[in-house]
Amino acid sequence: MSGGTAHAEQPATFAFTPENLAWAQKVIAKYPQGRQASAVLPLLDRAQRQHRNWLPRAAMDYVAGLLDMAPIRVYEVATFYSMFNLAPVGEWFLQVCTTTPCWLRGSDEVMKACERKLHVKATGDASFLHSADGKFTVREVECLGACVNAPVIQVNDDFYEDLDGASTEKLIDALAAGNPPPKGSMAGRQVSMPAGGRTSLFPVPASGAE
Amino acid sequence: MLQDKDRIFTNLYADGDWGLDGARKRGDWDGTKDILLKGRDWIIKEIQDSGLRGRGGAGFPTGMKWSFMPKKSDGRPHYLVVNADESEPGTCKDREILRHDPHKLVEGCLIAGFAMGANAAYIYVRGEFYNESSNLEIAVQQAYAAGLLGPDACGSGWPFDVYVHRGAGAYICGEETALIESLEGKKGQPRLKPPFPAGMGLYGCPTTVNNVESIAVAPTIIRRGAAWFAGIGRPKNSGTKLFCISGHVNKPCTVEEAMSIPLKELIEKHCGGVRGGWDNLLGIIPGGASVPVLPKAICDTVLMDFDALREVRSGLGTAAVIVMDKSTDIVKAIARLSRFYMHESCGQCTPCREGTGWLFRVMQRMVKGEAEPKEIDMLEEVTRQIEGHTICALGDAAAWPVQGLIRHFRPEMEMRIQNYKASRAQPRAAAE
Repeated sequence: MSGGTAHAEQPATFAFTPENLAWAQKVIAKYPQGRQASAVLPLLDRAQRQHRNWLPRAAMDYVAGLLDMAPIRVYEVATFYSMFNLAPVGEWFLQVCTTTPCWLRGSDEVMKACERKLHVKATGDASFLHSADGKFTVREVECLGACVNAPVIQVNDDFYEDLDGASTEKLIDALAAGNPPPKGSMAGRQVSMPAGGRTSLFPVPASGAE
Repeated sequence: MLQDKDRIFTNLYADGDWGLDGARKRGDWDGTKDILLKGRDWIIKEIQDSGLRGRGGAGFPTGMKWSFMPKKSDGRPHYLVVNADESEPGTCKDREILRHDPHKLVEGCLIAGFAMGANAAYIYVRGEFYNESSNLEIAVQQAYAAGLLGPDACGSGWPFDVYVHRGAGAYICGEETALIESLEGKKGQPRLKPPFPAGMGLYGCPTTVNNVESIAVAPTIIRRGAAWFAGIGRPKNSGTKLFCISGHVNKPCTVEEAMSIPLKELIEKHCGGVRGGWDNLLGIIPGGASVPVLPKAICDTVLMDFDALREVRSGLGTAAVIVMDKSTDIVKAIARLSRFYMHESCGQCTPCREGTGWLFRVMQRMVKGEAEPKEIDMLEEVTRQIEGHTICALGDAAAWPVQGLIRHFRPEMEMRIQNYKASRAQPRAAAE
């Protein structure tokens, strides 16, 4: 389930920006005294965000220092969870769900569209596939938890849903132009409501619908 | 059939404001103080009488689970931990609660936490739900600002804190003890039970882990009364339920329906039917990837509840209905699930670590028919060696889809093997 193997070229040092350090102190305060190790996932996530979406070893060591953890404990965590990228990824990180519910709705076509547009070759596993210009990274991932809106791609933090080959190509074009479309359904559907209209919750509840 | 007036999640489709103002208009946070003042035992009794069973998959009675927490603290704090690590393939119901109705969950945390003597709740949200956890975090901050949480929650005199904790990508953290390990800052590897979390959970303290939906429905159940909830669905399977229907239906959706609704009615009424019509149905996985697939003949009549699905050797699980029509390569569909479990095994127990990979490799051959007929029995036998021989239920979850496939689609697997053999035999025959 890990996020791959460590990158060969590692920065010598890492430190949080003052803003991130202040944020980290607030996060640590959520947990009881002496239980600061609980903050390791949020802090590693923040470190990754500060470092162009990948987590160098220096950042792991830095977080270990902040949380008074043995570095090996932090390495264990960083290599166990799939969302930590241990090597650089592109500006646009496309995580394509190919688990059965997405597969039934055509995730093969979505992967093929990624292959066509980005000139990468799917490997049928969780490998990181990089476009030649390095702007895009594609990875097949396991169930993203948006199955009624399948197929789904997570682009950085946002889900793009109800995709097919054509809308995937459009999405990639828009990203390449630095112009990501609004997140959510690419077929124009209202969240997880049945396409074409509701079968429950009629009429639109007056409460809260200002 | 469930009427709108009996639906709990009225903002399921984001028709209204998910924030505090919108939530209050939908009836959330109404008289929460009065509920708390009725006391712990009253709240637990009400949830027990409602017949609510856990919505995370196992279906354990929620009120009973709460009652397992020590009545008096021995000096250790009590914790409520909410499992929002929604990752079971097919399942996307908690996502809607987190992003469109987060106050139902936050209020539920206070009521449930109070009922178990806890002063803090941690909500563990899967890492990929970045936007969902952001909404939830805002809802929590709104609740603090309004005095609904904090040192005197809702003016009840009970101090209560809610913390949102994001995971980082690991299906196994949906298992309650793995979730606790992860929350403590470790790899998400399940713990042996006993000791059970109610005695020794988070930080070694009494802890109850509940699914998002179980907690989010609690305030409405208490406001409307246990009898109302118990009156929906069959006895011991009561209440309303969020169903997520994916796969080969005309209109996949998430919808709140009555428990015990016939599977066929659920699909015809809300999803525009199976693609190509009901007769084009091949099989349905009725409760998320871990539960065995059902062939059409069973789907024709089965009811969607815990006991009915158990009777047909499957399960309600998370009520994630994965529909497959006759165009589906059913062996490949299940093989893809085997790959999922191989990827998600935490590696702690040998039968699961080695077994899930073995299952996937054999299933890959079964997809092509590149196997001997007797290997189907061997495959079945190996699933039995994994099932029940691991610390947590991931081993079982990996075994069951394959067992369901063999139980209901064995002729398909045998035919593939024959066809593969025939295709290999032909060139040689031609050469002779």
